[in-house]
Amino acid sequence: MAITASKIKSLSLQPRFAAQDHFRMLRLPSPFQPRIDALARTEDWYTWAGYKAPLSLWDEELEYFAIRSQAAVFDISPMVKYHIAGPDAEAFCNRLTLRDVTRLKPGRVHYTAWCDDAGHVLDDGTLFRLSPDRFRLCCQERHLPWLLDSAIGFNVSVEEETEAVAGLALQGPTSFAVLRDAGFKDIEKLKVFDIAEFPHEGGSVTISRTGFTGDLGYELFVPVGLALSLWDRLFEAGRLHGIRAIGYTALNRARIEAGLIVANADFVTAEHAIRTDRLRLPDEIGLGFMVDAEKGYFNGRRAILAARANRSMKHVLVGLEIEGNIPAEHAIVYHRQKKEIGLVSAAIWSPTGKRNIAIASLSRPYGDTVVDDLWVEIYAMRELKYERLMKRAKVVPRPFIKLERRTANPPADF
Amino acid sequence: MRSMVEGAYAIAPLTGERPGRKMKTWDAIVIGGGHNGLVNACYLQRAGLDVLVVEKNAWIGGAATSRELTPGYLYSNCSYVCSLFRPEIMRDLELPRFGLQVISYEGGAVFTRDGDYLANYRDHDAHRREFARFSARDAEAYDRYARDVTRQCRFIQPLLMRTAPDPTSFRPRDIGELMYLGRKFAGLGAEDMAQTLRFWTMSISDFLDEYFETDVIKANFALSGIIGTALGPMSPGTAYVLLHHYMGEVDGSVGAWGYARGGMGAVTRALSDSFRACGGVIRTDAEVDHVLVQGGKAKGVVLSGGEEIYGKLVVSNADVKRTFLKLVEAKELPEIFLRRVKNFKIRGSSGKVNIALDSMPEFPALPKDSPCYRGDLHFTDSMERMERGYDDWKAGRWSADPTLDMMIPTALDPTMTSPGTHFMSCFVQYAPPRIEGRDWTDADRDGFAETVISQIADYSPGFRDRIVHMEVRTPREIEAEVGLTEGNIFQGELTFDQLLFNRPVPGYAQYRSPVGGLYMCGSSTHPGGGVMGAPGRNAASEILRDLKQGAKHMSPAHDVI
Amino acid sequence: MTSYDCIVIGGGHNGLVAGTVLAKSGRKVLVLEAAGEIGGAARTEEFFPGFRVSSVAHVLNRLHPEVVKALDLERHGLALEGAGMSSVVLSPSGNPLVLRGAYGESLVGASASEAVAWRALRAQLFRYAGILKPFLARRPPDLAGMSLSETSALAMAGLSLKRLGKEDMRDFLRMLLMNVADVVDEQLEDDRLKGLLAFDAVLGAHLGPRSPTSLLGLYYRLAGEVAGVDGAQMLPKGGMGAIVAAIASSAAKAGVSVRSQAAVNKILVEKGRAIGVVLENAEEIRARTIVSAINPSTTFDLVGARELDTGFVRKVRNIRMLGDAAKLHLALDRPPQFLGVSGEDHRGRLVFAPSADHVERAFNPCKYGEFSPEPVMEITLPSLADPSLAPDGACVLSAVVQYAPYTLKEGWESGKPKFFKAIMAALEAVAPGIGATVRHAELLTPPDIEQRFRMPGGHWHHGELQADQMLVSRPVSDAAGYDTPLENLFLAGAGSHPGGGVSGVPGLNAARRIIAIKG
Repeated sequence: MAITASKIKSLSLQPRFAAQDHFRMLRLPSPFQPRIDALARTEDWYTWAGYKAPLSLWDEELEYFAIRSQAAVFDISPMVKYHIAGPDAEAFCNRLTLRDVTRLKPGRVHYTAWCDDAGHVLDDGTLFRLSPDRFRLCCQERHLPWLLDSAIGFNVSVEEETEAVAGLALQGPTSFAVLRDAGFKDIEKLKVFDIAEFPHEGGSVTISRTGFTGDLGYELFVPVGLALSLWDRLFEAGRLHGIRAIGYTALNRARIEAGLIVANADFVTAEHAIRTDRLRLPDEIGLGFMVDAEKGYFNGRRAILAARANRSMKHVLVGLEIEGNIPAEHAIVYHRQKKEIGLVSAAIWSPTGKRNIAIASLSRPYGDTVVDDLWVEIYAMRELKYERLMKRAKVVPRPFIKLERRTANPPADF
Repeated sequence: MRSMVEGAYAIAPLTGERPGRKMKTWDAIVIGGGHNGLVNACYLQRAGLDVLVVEKNAWIGGAATSRELTPGYLYSNCSYVCSLFRPEIMRDLELPRFGLQVISYEGGAVFTRDGDYLANYRDHDAHRREFARFSARDAEAYDRYARDVTRQCRFIQPLLMRTAPDPTSFRPRDIGELMYLGRKFAGLGAEDMAQTLRFWTMSISDFLDEYFETDVIKANFALSGIIGTALGPMSPGTAYVLLHHYMGEVDGSVGAWGYARGGMGAVTRALSDSFRACGGVIRTDAEVDHVLVQGGKAKGVVLSGGEEIYGKLVVSNADVKRTFLKLVEAKELPEIFLRRVKNFKIRGSSGKVNIALDSMPEFPALPKDSPCYRGDLHFTDSMERMERGYDDWKAGRWSADPTLDMMIPTALDPTMTSPGTHFMSCFVQYAPPRIEGRDWTDADRDGFAETVISQIADYSPGFRDRIVHMEVRTPREIEAEVGLTEGNIFQGELTFDQLLFNRPVPGYAQYRSPVGGLYMCGSSTHPGGGVMGAPGRNAASEILRDLKQGAKHMSPAHDVI
Repeated sequence: MTSYDCIVIGGGHNGLVAGTVLAKSGRKVLVLEAAGEIGGAARTEEFFPGFRVSSVAHVLNRLHPEVVKALDLERHGLALEGAGMSSVVLSPSGNPLVLRGAYGESLVGASASEAVAWRALRAQLFRYAGILKPFLARRPPDLAGMSLSETSALAMAGLSLKRLGKEDMRDFLRMLLMNVADVVDEQLEDDRLKGLLAFDAVLGAHLGPRSPTSLLGLYYRLAGEVAGVDGAQMLPKGGMGAIVAAIASSAAKAGVSVRSQAAVNKILVEKGRAIGVVLENAEEIRARTIVSAINPSTTFDLVGARELDTGFVRKVRNIRMLGDAAKLHLALDRPPQFLGVSGEDHRGRLVFAPSADHVERAFNPCKYGEFSPEPVMEITLPSLADPSLAPDGACVLSAVVQYAPYTLKEGWESGKPKFFKAIMAALEAVAPGIGATVRHAELLTPPDIEQRFRMPGGHWHHGELQADQMLVSRPVSDAAGYDTPLENLFLAGAGSHPGGGVSGVPGLNAARRIIAIKG
C-alpha cells in the first residue's frame, strides 16, 4: 500500500531551530489578537486548542444578544483545519466521513462526522468543498495521523493549516448587511451552506453561509496575513449595523439553542476516550442522520450497520425541556425519580426560546422508546449551598429554536 | 536551610538496642533498612508488633538515600527520582508529617547531534508544538499514544497493591484472585484484549513505530522502556518496562515524576522517623550473617559479629538471591526452590555517576530560560544508538556511547547544596555486572566514568572544570554498598518470567518462603523494583494475615476510576 | 465460461490444501497461481543445469498429520521416509555434535553429564511444546465471544497443564516467554548444543537468542511432527516440490482446477462482500467464496484501502514482515567433507551455530541494516540421499543463512557479494576446500525471495512469528480466525495462525472455518 502524495515533507533544519522559542508563549495569540485585545474589557480568557481565546469581552450576558439582534464577530481561528487536495480528494473524503461527499458540490459545505473502525465517532466538523478536488475540513480535535493513514491508497495530499488560516464567524440578523456594506459583491447570492471567494486586499477571502448559532450568519477564512485588514473592513462596514465582538460564553448559549453539539463537551471523541464505555456511535449522539449506507464503503460502516442490525446501540443523545428556569448543567437524569439513566452535558435558560433547555446523553431505551417520567436532579449552588431540585424533563426535538432568517433567501436586510 | 538538613542528619539517632543487654525476642526482625524494609516495618509496628530493623550500613535507606559524600553536597546517590512510591503508603505512614515532600519536575530534553534538542513540556500544547518542530504527524500522534499507554496503566495499577495469585493452586483465595484478573481482562473488550496481549510482549521500539515516525521522538520515549533493564529497546517485553515507569504519579498526576525534597533519602528518612515515632527500633552497622533457622522455622538473625537476635519472624528486604543463597543455609531449603532462586535473573545493567558542581552547567543548545534544566536530560537521539549500547552490555562491556538519564535536582531543590552549587545525578545505561567475564577493576570504573563525562562535556563546554567531586558507581559498587546482587537496581529483571506469580520464583510469589516465619519484602517480589513501597506493604499485609491480625491501618489501593 | 464456488488465490501448499478440502466438501474450486508452476515457497527448482534444489523451505518437519489424512497424501505419493534424519552441529575444530533420532533422542560427541542434562531438558521441552501443540492446530480463540467448543478447548489445555503436575506447570508458566539463551544456560553446558537450540529458536525470526520470547520459536519447532514422530525432520525425496506434487495430486483427484500464470490483480468487492477476482490480463472471475493463501498484506492491497477501515489498514501495515533469512544454493563438483563429520552424517541437517553467543552476535548487525559478518546457517546436502538432484558425482548444497536484513543499509547490490564471501568463509572453516569445488552459486537475499516468490519482505512466515503476532493477533486482530472484515473473503496462508513452515495447517483450518460458516 503505497503512500501517495500524502507524506509530510521533512522540514529543513532552519525552521526547526527557529521554532524553539515557542515554549516562552504557552498560548498562541490569534491572528486577530491585537483587535481582540483592544476590545477585551473583561480580560476573561480561556485556552482553545492552544490559543488564547476570550470567554467574554465586555459582558457575557449581553454579548449573547449581539448574536440574536445585531451582528456578532467570533474568532474561530483556533479551529483545527486540514487542507485536502488531489484527484482522489472526493473519494478520500467519502471513505473518511459518514455523509455522501459525491453529493457535496464545489462551493458547498456540509456538517459531517467521521468514525474509527468500530464506528465510534472521532470528531464532527464541517467539510468545505472549495473546488472539485480541494476540500477544507474544520474540526475540534487533531487528526493528522488518522487522515494520513486514511490517505493510503488515495492520490491525495493532506496538510494541517490551522496556523496559516484565520477565521471569523459573523453571526446575527445584520450579518448580511455588514458583508454587503463591506463590499462583498453578490454576497446575497450565498444560500445557506454555500461558499464563495471574494477579493480582499489583493488576495481573497472565502466566505461560507454557515455558523454555530442557528442564526443568519457567515464564516470568513483568510490567510493570516490578511486577518487584521479583514477585521477592520468588517468593523468599518458594521459600525451602523451594531457589529460587536463576542466571547465563547455567548456563542455557547446560541449553539445550545441551536441544538448543536460540541466534541469533548457533549461526547468524548474516540481517540481521546480512555474509558472504553465512553465511546459513541453516530446514532448514539444524534448523528445517525449522516450515515449514508447507500454510498460506497466508509470508515466504520460495517460496525455501524451491524450495531443497527443487532440493536446494540446503548446510548441516545436528546434535547430536553426542563421545568422551571434553573439551568441543569451536568445534572443527572432519572427515570421515575429513581433510576439513573444519563447525564446533561449542556443546559441553559434559552433567552430566545424562553424555555429551560438541555442536551443530555441517556441510556437506551430511555430517551429512545421510553420518554415519559423523566427527571433531572439539579444542584444549584446558591451562596455556598446546593439547592437540590428534582425537575420534570421532557424530550423535545432539536434545534430548540428555529429562526427563519437563517435560511431565508435573499437574506433579510436590516 | 542547608545546615538544618545536615544537622538533622548528624543528630538522628540511628541505633537502638545495644549488645550486651538481656536479649529480648522481637515480634519481627526486618533485615535491611531500604525503603521496602522500612515500609514493611512501619506497617507491622503500627499493627502493634515489636519490630527491629537491622541495617548493615551506618546509614539507612538502602538505595533510597541522601548522603553528603563531599562537604556541602547532598547526593541522591542511588535512586534519584520519585513517582512510583504509592501515595496510599505515604498517607498510611504519615510521611508528610515526617518531612516527605515531592516536587514534580518541569520537563526534559533529548539533545540531538545536529545541535538542536527535543523537549518534553508539561503543557499539552507546548508539547505538541515541540514535536511539530520535528514532525507534523508525530505532533498529532501523541494523544493516541498517551491514551493507549494510559489504558494499559489503568489495567495494571490496581494489581500493584495485590498479592499475585498462584495459578497452580486450588485455594479459594488464589482462584478468586485469578478470576479477578480474568474478569478485569475480559472487561477490556475483544480489541483491547488483543492490544493488551500485544503490548505485553512487544518491544518498545516496535510499539513506538506504530505511533511515531521521528527517530529522536521514539528515542525520547524509549528510554522509559529500558531504564534499569538488561534489555535493549528492540527486545520484546520492553513495552511493559515502559509501563513500569509510567504507572506512578505525583499527587494524582499519573506518569509524572518528581524529586523528593532533600534527595531520595528524604523518603527513607520519613519512613524511619515514622517507624521510630511508633516505637520501632533501627540498628545500623548491623550486618546479618545468617538467619537463625530451627526445625524449619526462622528464629532470628545472627549478626556478622556473632551476636544473635531473636525474633518470632524474620522479614528480608534483601534480594531473593542474597536472602536464600547467603543468609539461609541450603539444607533448610527444598532443592527445587533453591534451583529456581539460582536461576533468578538479576543481571545489573546500569551504573551511576554522581557529580558535585561548583556552578550550573551550560548546555548551549538549550535556551538559558528553558524549563528543561529542571527536568531530565538525555543525549541519545536515536534508537540505534540506544540499542548498540545494549549490544556492548551483552558482550560484557559498558556502553561506549551510553544512554544517560541526567538531571540536576538542585535546580528545583535548594536544600541539597549551597546556593549556586549543584548536584547532578547521571544514571548510566548500560553497565554489565562483570567485564568480559571478570570482575570490575578500579581502572574499569574510571574508564566508565570518563565515558560518561566525555559524553556530557560534548554538549556542555567547560563541564569538566565545574566538577568538585564525583562518585562513580558501577554494578560492583552498587552490590558492595547497597547489597543489590549483581548491582541490579530492581532486585531482579523485569521480564515476564519474573513478574506477577513468577516473582521472585514460582510457588513463592506471595512473600512467604519455604522457611516458616521467614518472609520477603524487597523489590525481588511482586510488583518489582523502583521506589514504590508496594512489596513492603504487600508483604506486611500477608504477614498480618498469617498472624490473623487486622490490617485496618492499611489503606486499600486508591480507586482507579 | 465456467463458474466456481470458490477461488483460492495462491498455489502454495496452503492454498492447495485449502482448495482440496473445500473441493472435497462439494465445492467447485479454482486455484490461481501467479507463477508458472505451483508450490510457492515449497518448490523444487533447477538452479543450475543438472542441479535441483528445494528453493526456499528445504527441511520437512511439521507437515500436519490431519493434513496428510484429510488429503490422503500417502495415496498421492507422499513418502515420509528418512524422518530419522540427524542434526549435526558443525565445529571448526573438528568436534561436531550429533543429535540422532527425533530432535536428539541421543547425543553423539557430548559428555555423559551433558547427555543426562539434555535428556531432561529435551523431555521438558517436548512436554511444554505438547501443551501448546493443540493451540497450533486449532483456530485461535475468539476473544469477543468464545463459543462453547472454544471454551472447552481452552479448558482442555488448562487441564493438560494441570496434568503436568504443580511444579512442572510452574516451570511451564515461567519459561513460556523466556529467551532461549537463558533457558539453555540454566540447564546445559555444551556450547554446541546451546548454539543449536539457540539457532533453531530464532530461525526465520528477527530475534536473537537473548531476545525475550525467543523460546517460543523452539516450541513451535518441537510442536511439529513427521510420520507421527514429534520433532522429527526429513529431506523429501525429490525436494520440497515432491510434497507439493502429492498435494496437487490430491487436489486434482478432488476436482480442483489449477491455473498457473494467473496473477490476481484485484479482489472485487461489492457492498462489503468479496465477489470475485480480476486477473492481470483483466479477466474477471466471480465466486461466492474467495480464499487468499498469499501474504495478508498483499491480500488487502488487492482489496484496496477503499473497501477497508483506516484502522485496519494501519494494522496491516504494522505487521512486521521483513525477513532476515537468506537462502544459499551451491552446485558443487563433489560432496564436501565437513570437519569431523562421518560420511553418513553428511545426510543430516548440518548446523553452523558454534554457540548461543555466536548466534546473538550474528543477530546484532541486522538490527541496524547490516548483514552478519559471521553468519549462522542450516545446511543440507539433499543430493546425497537423492542423487536425482545433481549430476553424477556432483553435489547440491542448500543452506538457510542468517542474518541478512531485508533492508541492507549499503544496498544488496554491493552487499550481496560481501555477504556471500562471509558465508563462504564460515563454510570454509568447517569444510576446508569447499570453495574450490563450487561450480555455481545462487544466493537469495530477502529481496530476492520477495521478488521471486511474491513474499513481501522475503519473510517465510509472511509475518514475524513472535508473541505479539501470534494467535489472536495473527496476522492482525480483526482477521485472526481466517475470516476477514470482508464477507466471503478468507485468509489461508502462513500469515495466518499458526504460521509458516510446510504444515498445511493454515490452509486446512481456513477451509474448515469456511465449511463451518457456510456449510
